[in-house]
Amino acid sequence: MNNLLWLIPALPLAGFLILVAAGKHLSNKLVALTGVGSISLAAVVTIIVGFNFLSSPPEGGAYAQTLWTWMDVAGFSPKIALSLDSLSLVFIFVITFIGSLIHIYSAGFMAADKDYSRFFACMNLFVFSMLVLVLADNLLLMYLGWEGVGLCSYLLIGFWYENPANGYAARKAFVITRIGDTAMALGLFTIYYQFGTLVMSEITATAPSVWQSNSSIATVTALLLLAGGMGKSAQLPLQTWLPDAMAGPSPVSALIHAATMVTAGVYLIARMHVLFELSATAQMIVAVVGAVTLLVAGFSALTQYDIKRVLAYSTISQIGYMFLALGVGAWTAAIFHFMAHAFFKALLFLAAGAIIEALGHEHSMFKMGGLKDKMPVVFWTFLIGAASLSALPLVSAGFYSKDQILWYAWASDKGSPLLWLTAFLGAFTTAAYTTRMMILTFLGDSKTGIGHHPGKLMTIPLIVLAFFSVVAGFIELPHNFGHFTLFSDLLHGVLPSTVLRADESSEWKFQLLAFVATFGGIYLVFIYYYREPYKIERLRESPSFQWLYRFWHGGWGFDRLFDLVFVTPFVFLAKINKRDVVDRFYEGIASVTNHLYRLLSATQTGSLRWYIMGMVIGAIIILGLQIML
Amino acid sequence: MILVWLIGILMGGGTAALVLGQWNKTIPRWIALVTVLTGFLLILIFWMDQYQTIDEHSADVWLIDFKRDWILSFGISFHLAIDGLSLLLLVLTGFLGILAVLCSWKEITERTGFYYFNLLWILVGVSGVFMAMDLFLFYFFWEVMLIPMYFLIGIWGSENRIYAAYKFFIFTQASGLLMLLAILGLYFIHGQNTGIYTFNYFELLGTVIPSGTGLWLMMGFFVAFAVKLPVFPFHTWLPDAHSEAPTAGSLILAGLLLKTGAYGLLRFVIPLFPVAAAQMALPAMILGVIGIVYGAVLAYSQTDLKRLVAFTSVSHMGFVLTGIFAFNELAFQGVVMQLVTHAISTGALFIMAGMIKERLHTRDINQMGGLWSRMPKMGAIGLLFAMASLGLPGLGNFIAEFLILLGAFKVSIWITVIATLGLIFSAVYSLRIVQKIFWGPQDGYGNIRDFSLREILVMTVLTLSIVGLGLYPQPVIDTASPAIHKLVLLLEADKSNIGKEIKYQESYVR
Repeated sequence: MNNLLWLIPALPLAGFLILVAAGKHLSNKLVALTGVGSISLAAVVTIIVGFNFLSSPPEGGAYAQTLWTWMDVAGFSPKIALSLDSLSLVFIFVITFIGSLIHIYSAGFMAADKDYSRFFACMNLFVFSMLVLVLADNLLLMYLGWEGVGLCSYLLIGFWYENPANGYAARKAFVITRIGDTAMALGLFTIYYQFGTLVMSEITATAPSVWQSNSSIATVTALLLLAGGMGKSAQLPLQTWLPDAMAGPSPVSALIHAATMVTAGVYLIARMHVLFELSATAQMIVAVVGAVTLLVAGFSALTQYDIKRVLAYSTISQIGYMFLALGVGAWTAAIFHFMAHAFFKALLFLAAGAIIEALGHEHSMFKMGGLKDKMPVVFWTFLIGAASLSALPLVSAGFYSKDQILWYAWASDKGSPLLWLTAFLGAFTTAAYTTRMMILTFLGDSKTGIGHHPGKLMTIPLIVLAFFSVVAGFIELPHNFGHFTLFSDLLHGVLPSTVLRADESSEWKFQLLAFVATFGGIYLVFIYYYREPYKIERLRESPSFQWLYRFWHGGWGFDRLFDLVFVTPFVFLAKINKRDVVDRFYEGIASVTNHLYRLLSATQTGSLRWYIMGMVIGAIIILGLQIML
Repeated sequence: MILVWLIGILMGGGTAALVLGQWNKTIPRWIALVTVLTGFLLILIFWMDQYQTIDEHSADVWLIDFKRDWILSFGISFHLAIDGLSLLLLVLTGFLGILAVLCSWKEITERTGFYYFNLLWILVGVSGVFMAMDLFLFYFFWEVMLIPMYFLIGIWGSENRIYAAYKFFIFTQASGLLMLLAILGLYFIHGQNTGIYTFNYFELLGTVIPSGTGLWLMMGFFVAFAVKLPVFPFHTWLPDAHSEAPTAGSLILAGLLLKTGAYGLLRFVIPLFPVAAAQMALPAMILGVIGIVYGAVLAYSQTDLKRLVAFTSVSHMGFVLTGIFAFNELAFQGVVMQLVTHAISTGALFIMAGMIKERLHTRDINQMGGLWSRMPKMGAIGLLFAMASLGLPGLGNFIAEFLILLGAFKVSIWITVIATLGLIFSAVYSLRIVQKIFWGPQDGYGNIRDFSLREILVMTVLTLSIVGLGLYPQPVIDTASPAIHKLVLLLEADKSNIGKEIKYQESYVR
């Protein structure tokens, strides 16, 4: 079954090519069939290949398939080659499975759009690029997927391109992630000259013998890769593009900006974990970046009006958790949270999309309200997603994955009380903003009338995702509660297990604290926003609260800072030099020549007197010079 | 002999277009099309024929060598020869020649005979430059490129054409004269050293030159090629020439004329003056990097579409200069790729600018917007080539820039770090093209049509080439590799010879 591997990315690519070549001539039904069909087939192939992988694990832990040699120059010979191990298996499963659900949803969601085929073409291209990213056996091919998903993200954020704001949001996303990508390219150069190859399995195999632990080259390389991950995964300080990226259609936010692309950074770090383990500094920076991000974004989520922006900040925050997990060496926990997050965040985005659509493109939660009874399917599925996001104990996938991260932030040998405390505060914030979102959207009085209800194409994916948002958690249970480790066992072929400094017997105390965080957050918001709303009204009147609210609402001023430091000077320099200062120099030469020519030609008067004068003066000067010398 | 045929066909076709153009306005374009097609097929078949064996006889990199005496008393001969590098550039010349004729098809209605005469004679000059192995003959072809191009800009250009044509002429002519002086200097030094006065490239190769003089002679060549490439700060003729020239003129300028500069550096500057070139390496790389960043920032600020694309060329050619003076195989191969892929991607952008101008009668991007909904095919193609220009993996330009940066990284990390800024800035200006032209609200244009069949044909060929080169660049790499190998060997041999420099001087004194 090994040889089927190439089909997984090839099917979405074929879908893309068909839609680009013939999309204009196909009926909407055929377009949807091509777009959804190609991804669904890829999901089927993934399941077949995955089943084979699990039932008869390949030697060395990976299927490999070389398609052709990309280029061969002076010993630099990256190949177009795929490699499937358990880490990429988890990723391709999530990409194709959630991807096909989102495609089905889109068939309904985008039905009225005039650019139906362009939408599916871009989505298919995205799935192709994302699959290449996680299946690539070398860093250069991964870079192809990496930039490819960036392109698709750009195209889909700016999908409704007639509004310039969408176009600028798309451009912002592309340029900011490109900054990270460029750092990553430098990382690739370093790696190539250090190891003589870009094949990931060879790098991870030889790195510990080539590099000394904690050498500066290891730190620099790891940090360059981290910069790439920070751009794609919207981690501080490269996070500012993601909230604006919500300009794209909701299925795009679900697929690209929640479930898959934004976790590429997590994949990269997990994949190259050996390099990070060689540098304690770099790994600590990963943890700190994650911790700071999860808290900063969490507070911003607490103050948004736009339901999609709440979810965007929430995504940044949850990926912060994944980075934190990677940073403390809880590799499998990060991937576990990635999977759980993919399910419930895709669900939340799709449900939010259904609400926005039903309310006639209303994004503001303050104009929603009272939707609990009007849209029951959306309400219940959203509730399940929200429960998972706020890590509602025992019954949600988010609980099991986040609880693990909280525990490792304390207990891992790279963990610390401070990291745990941030994660704990983050958990509290998460529960708070999720509850706020639920209350504003579904409870209270209805403020906007409902246009049309979502059809079956849209609700069925919601229900499926809701199902997985609950059960996905049960494949990995804590040791004092079932001790079921299916997921981490699967990944331990690729990722090492976490070294603990604390005693496992104390884990229950931290679980109890996690309970407190979740319920505390829910309770507090419930009081302030629902039971006794006058309290929040009173708070709103204080100026310091208002300032804080605006500060968080605006994303902690990062946008303004970057505008001030980078964008404005760049644009200013470009503008004043539009006519190219270097050319002024040549124009200067030209004008001096011109003046000299005018001066000389002025002497050519045609008048004999002047010429005789000139000759006499010349003769005098020459004679005078002769006498003097 | 095939080389002589190639030149002959182009010369003959050009002259026939001029003569027959007196009777009929549409005949010249057909003559031109047949001529360039024949020329292209000729060189393509030759390439196919040689491709299998090209890598094997790497000891002798020359595929054809044709030599006849011309002016014996001065040691001038009619000497043509090509290796893999020249072959690639000749194929490119034929390819762009066809596109140039096709994109002039409707655009040129005045004095068609003389137009196609000039067009084909530029191709004569370019092809000659890529194969001349006699320095006098090389200089001759160098000038043959120049004059028809001057007419092309000056007669069929847009509003400010006379200014642009003068500027183009003066820049290239002045720098060409420096090269002529350097050629003569080399000629006499070689003559004094050996008693044989010759312009033959192969004989001049081993010329022993005192290092001070060597630097000056090298500078003569370098400046001529640097102006053509163009290198910061000699780039200012380029935006004017590009933006005023007719579409085919911009296409040939960007696709071929700039490449002669890079070719000259690879063919003459490094092999003739390895020591001086090594001294020049660091400053040249720095100039290259300045070009990358400066060109990109200026491209961002432009509002004239063709000027914008012209400045992107400055930026991309900065990569070429950096790569050439990184002196290693990775970077050299990257340079060759950049020459080919830049010709395709920038050529496509210029052709597209021409098509837009034909429809909207403006080059000002502030007056465009929302064209995607009116012309989705052009939108998709425009997007693709904007992506090529920012170096998206999977397209040819990525291979080029990645190899150049990888090669340069080996030599200087900091220069490479600054050069990678070009990757970010190129995203900024490329996406500005997409945003300003294809996205945004659409204004009330009249009736504009999407691609015609001829335009689809041109764009499909370009698209397939750039994607093909991005996914499988090996044919280009393999073809160039013997020539590149030789260059690398020469540089390495020279490194070990640096101690013997003093002996050179002694032998000269003697």
